[in-house]
Amino acid sequence: MKPYLVSLYAIVLREALRFVHQRERFIAALVRPLVWLLVFAAGFRAALGISIIAPYETYITYETYIVPGLCGMILLFNGMQSSLSLVYDREMGSMKLLLNSPLPRWWLLVCKLAGSTAISILQAYAFLAIAAGFGVTAPAVGYLTVLPALLIAGLMLGALGLLLSSFVKQLENFAGVMNFVIFPMFFLSSALYPLWKMAESSELLHAICALNPFTHAVELIRFALYGQVNLTALAWTVLAAAVFIGCAVWGYDPARGRPGRKG
Amino acid sequence: MKLCHMILASLSLAVPAHAGEIWVTNEKDDTLSVIDTDTLEVIQTYATGERPRGITFSADFSRVYICASDSDAVQVMDPETGEILHDLPSGEDPEQFVLHPDDKHLYIANEDDAVTTVVDVDSRKVVAQIDVGVEPEGMAVSPDGKVVITTSETTNMAHWIDTGTHTLFANTLVDSRPRHAEFTKGGAELWVSSEIGGSITVFDSATQGELGKMTFEIKGVHPDRVQPVGFEFTPDEKYAFVALGPANHVAVVNAQTYEVEEYILVGRRVWHMAFDGDHARLFTTNGVSGDVTVIDVAARKAVKSIKVGRFPWGAAFRP
Repeated sequence: MKPYLVSLYAIVLREALRFVHQRERFIAALVRPLVWLLVFAAGFRAALGISIIAPYETYITYETYIVPGLCGMILLFNGMQSSLSLVYDREMGSMKLLLNSPLPRWWLLVCKLAGSTAISILQAYAFLAIAAGFGVTAPAVGYLTVLPALLIAGLMLGALGLLLSSFVKQLENFAGVMNFVIFPMFFLSSALYPLWKMAESSELLHAICALNPFTHAVELIRFALYGQVNLTALAWTVLAAAVFIGCAVWGYDPARGRPGRKG
Repeated sequence: MKLCHMILASLSLAVPAHAGEIWVTNEKDDTLSVIDTDTLEVIQTYATGERPRGITFSADFSRVYICASDSDAVQVMDPETGEILHDLPSGEDPEQFVLHPDDKHLYIANEDDAVTTVVDVDSRKVVAQIDVGVEPEGMAVSPDGKVVITTSETTNMAHWIDTGTHTLFANTLVDSRPRHAEFTKGGAELWVSSEIGGSITVFDSATQGELGKMTFEIKGVHPDRVQPVGFEFTPDEKYAFVALGPANHVAVVNAQTYEVEEYILVGRRVWHMAFDGDHARLFTTNGVSGDVTVIDVAARKAVKSIKVGRFPWGAAFRP
């Protein structure tokens, strides 16, 4: 068991060190959702403020609505960032070192996932604290109950990042990930607008949003932030996490020749 | 400060308020909704006359008076059974009223007749009718019962009535369309809200002179939509909560400095409000969205909105 723990410790520590040493990355990760919260939401405040949907029990401002979606945004970007760092590791050769370890590959990937998720959660909490400083708050207990939701959602999106990193072979291709994964996932979700609003304009878009695992991750966080469990969102997020982890392990299976496969 | 409010909010959510009921008149449904202040659910709905608006309880809470505007009557209901006991002769189109501290005389604003009618609730007789401005609406009585105020929506005045002689002894101009009036600080000040003027004017009760005026401004809401209507004071009279109509917000005003400290988002077109028994929660009637928003007073946060009938208007507390 010990080698497993040693590798977990080493990989998580490496992620943490990398994170601590890249202070800009931390700030950048916070600035992005804060711009949405303080600029974008301010503009839309009056436009979308009038509706009551679960888990809210009264009318809320748009700022309050998008906070869970922006937590999801942090997890999504961080998941993709860790995929970017894996591509970088592969180019630099440090991944070879890692994957040459005698431990099973799935375990190494899980360690990597654990490291990136832990950092995602820290960032999400930092964002929640700053949002609270600007008066966008949730019930006190929500800050505790949101932790498992952030964990599950973080694992799911981190696993998606791992899966993508097994396909993206060069840093330059990361722009493609932005265009074809992050943006569609974020905008075709309930992060910025409630799904009923989407249904009013297009049933097709609404159906796509309802299938998007990121929607379920956001709803899981949204309900948890108010001390509630959205079982549908939980089931979808866990299912998506399992599928992404499974595919990532398969993607990194040495028998398949990845990640060394030429392409 | 915000964090402190947040902690208070979570604490107050955990501790239920004293049991009681908030009674709400539903203007379009011709009904009353009764909300349990513990469970925050509608526990009873009673039929009333047409277009119920103003509502108040007798001092011992054994009777509830309802302005059934389109029935041209003030109805007296037994709050235990919801049975209408009898109608009082109210004059035409009663909109708001105020019960004198003697628990015996109702002062009723008759919107269509430009009069204030005084009714003896025991003998069920009209004691006096006092000519006031056009479209009287807001009613207030001083704590000592010596002065009653009627505000007239079209004349834009607060009319000061001597309850001893049932005559006007002063008229003071206010901003456009005054809708509601309340005495505060032991009767030393009178506050009058002006819906179109978008302001609240404060008068010195002794001299009827103007002491100050407050206006409201909400980020992202057009000034024309900021229309103060009903308001209530906290029991320590340090703060007033002001309903801002189609601005969909309630303002928290410092009653000493007349400055707005906070705006709380509630339902659409907020009209009037009532505190629960220990003044920990405030219930606002939201006309257009057909619900009542519950505000945590200490935390200054809306905690829940409860569906009631169509166009809820007046609200009153019953222990």
